[in-house]
Amino acid sequence: MELVLAAAIGILAASGVWLLLRPRTFQVIIGLTLISYAVNLFIFSIGGLRTGADPVLQGAAGDLAQYADPLPQALVLTAIVIGFATTALFLVVLLASRGLTGNDHVDGEDGTP
Amino acid sequence: MNNHLIIAPIVTPLLVAALQLLVGEKRRRMVLALSIASCVALVLLAAALMLAVSGDGAPAAVYRLGDWPARFGIVLVADRLSALMVLLTGVLALALLPYALGRWQHRGGHFQPLLQFLLMGLNGAFLTGDLFNLFVFFEVLLAASYGLALHGSGARRVSAGLHYIAVNLTASMLFLLGVSLIFGVTGTLNMAALAELIPHVPERTRALLHAGAALLGVAFLIKTAMWPLGFWLPRTYAAASPAVAAMFALMTKVGIYVLLRLGLLLFGAGAGPASAHFGSGWMLWGGAATVAAGVVGMLGARDLAKLAGYNVVISSGTLLGAIGLQQPAVTAGALAYLVISTLAIAAFFLVVGLLASDGDDETDDSLSLEPYEQPGETAANESLYAQEDERPVVIPAPIAMLGVSFSACALLLAGLPPLSGFLAKFALLAPMLDGGARSGAGVLFALVVVAGFGTVIALCRAGIQIFWVEPERIFPKVHLVESASIAILLGLCLLLTVLVERPLRYLRDTAGQLHAPAGYVHAVLPPGEAAP
Repeated sequence: MELVLAAAIGILAASGVWLLLRPRTFQVIIGLTLISYAVNLFIFSIGGLRTGADPVLQGAAGDLAQYADPLPQALVLTAIVIGFATTALFLVVLLASRGLTGNDHVDGEDGTP
Repeated sequence: MNNHLIIAPIVTPLLVAALQLLVGEKRRRMVLALSIASCVALVLLAAALMLAVSGDGAPAAVYRLGDWPARFGIVLVADRLSALMVLLTGVLALALLPYALGRWQHRGGHFQPLLQFLLMGLNGAFLTGDLFNLFVFFEVLLAASYGLALHGSGARRVSAGLHYIAVNLTASMLFLLGVSLIFGVTGTLNMAALAELIPHVPERTRALLHAGAALLGVAFLIKTAMWPLGFWLPRTYAAASPAVAAMFALMTKVGIYVLLRLGLLLFGAGAGPASAHFGSGWMLWGGAATVAAGVVGMLGARDLAKLAGYNVVISSGTLLGAIGLQQPAVTAGALAYLVISTLAIAAFFLVVGLLASDGDDETDDSLSLEPYEQPGETAANESLYAQEDERPVVIPAPIAMLGVSFSACALLLAGLPPLSGFLAKFALLAPMLDGGARSGAGVLFALVVVAGFGTVIALCRAGIQIFWVEPERIFPKVHLVESASIAILLGLCLLLTVLVERPLRYLRDTAGQLHAPAGYVHAVLPPGEAAP
């Protein structure tokens, strides 16, 4: 499971970085979204991967190895909400830029006339 | 027992912004009254906070949210540095309000609420004692800053804003990666608990911890515009409306604040042999490179607003280098320089805004300068020399006011006597020459002096072109309220020139406190409290 998750994070981040460096605003926003998916998965995975474990300790003193750390999940939730809001804001700026400059290049002007 | 004074600088602007949104854009007077009340309250609260923490008692006051013990909940911590930064934020916001009244707040919607949200984010970032909470406050202040950067709209602003937002979103991702790596290694995000844990991190995972800290550092270095991460800054600041750019002069200092705080708290001298001074070399050399890049950019800048932007870069670079040295005396000087350069750059952005705004702005409200090398006899040279002794020159009051402000800003930014810019730069540079300074201090010293010289050249040239060569250039009418803002900012700098003794003593104590983080840690985590 670790291998699959690590590969998923890596592929998402690599595609995100590639898209982020492209010249079209839409590609940039998709790139940012992919990177934020990768980061969210990464935060989620730092608590350790366990299947079917309880988020809280059972009994007076549970076994720490059997417990899924709830804090990264809380962190990732916050990160998702904030990332979603800022992406929406970026989308508005993207549309404004498209409207004002008439094209979707990140610099507002196309290299090719 | 919680001291609610600590959370007040965060709650006040939040409530005021919410009220302003409820009141609506149309009732301008009420919105304005709320803004003024909030800023005045912030200054008073910050002053009270400063008095509370500068006594001989505990070095830091702690506010536990929900009264959870610090190891489990989020804490706000006010020490001397936090109080200083909150006070600076409040003073700057209050000084900028009159300027924003003049013409800028009507160029777009919701200027005042956005400013209040920005203040909330700034104060929160200065006061929080938890890394993830710091991320949240950073996002609050960034979201508000996106709105403010686009204030007034226009193609130039939107295009610059697009880059600004993309760069900052990427930086936020690095921030998250760094925070989660640190959490993965240590299991806590409380800064004081981290400072306690870092010397005892097993060698196996220490590299991972350093990787996390480095990612976190890169995120802040992007915000402070360290070379080569700072190419977004001059363009964004030049495109933003002047009042906003002046407020943004403080935003690069948030990155400096966090680097100073975390650098000394987590990786100070007490962090164990493997982690002590981690990253300080990067800050020192990165800062030196930033100063050099800033000087080159400033000498090459072709419009006045960009020139001001490069001054922000130089100021950031100087501060970064000084922080990287990690010496108490240099840190004290750096804090003095931080305060003075923030006020001076803010005033300079306002002066530039007044010089450049020609009635209705659209894309082209930047003030362009002639290139250095002019082919043959040019118009500028002719008008400089041709019309000598022909008619008496009457200097109108607005131009006189702007000219005096411009030269005062130039003196402050270049660090020439007799204004406080010189004192701050002296306090920063003098300890660098002392024995026992780290290698590289000499390089930074030389670069900062050269940067001062470059500032003199660039600003003299700009001043000559604007005020002397083109007397026919039609200046806009300067509202009294707009000049009031500049007068307040420059007056503060002047006041600091006269009353230099007590502020400097406060800053020295602040630096001493920062270099002995045990007090901070004990205030947040009382020694009696058992570790879980």
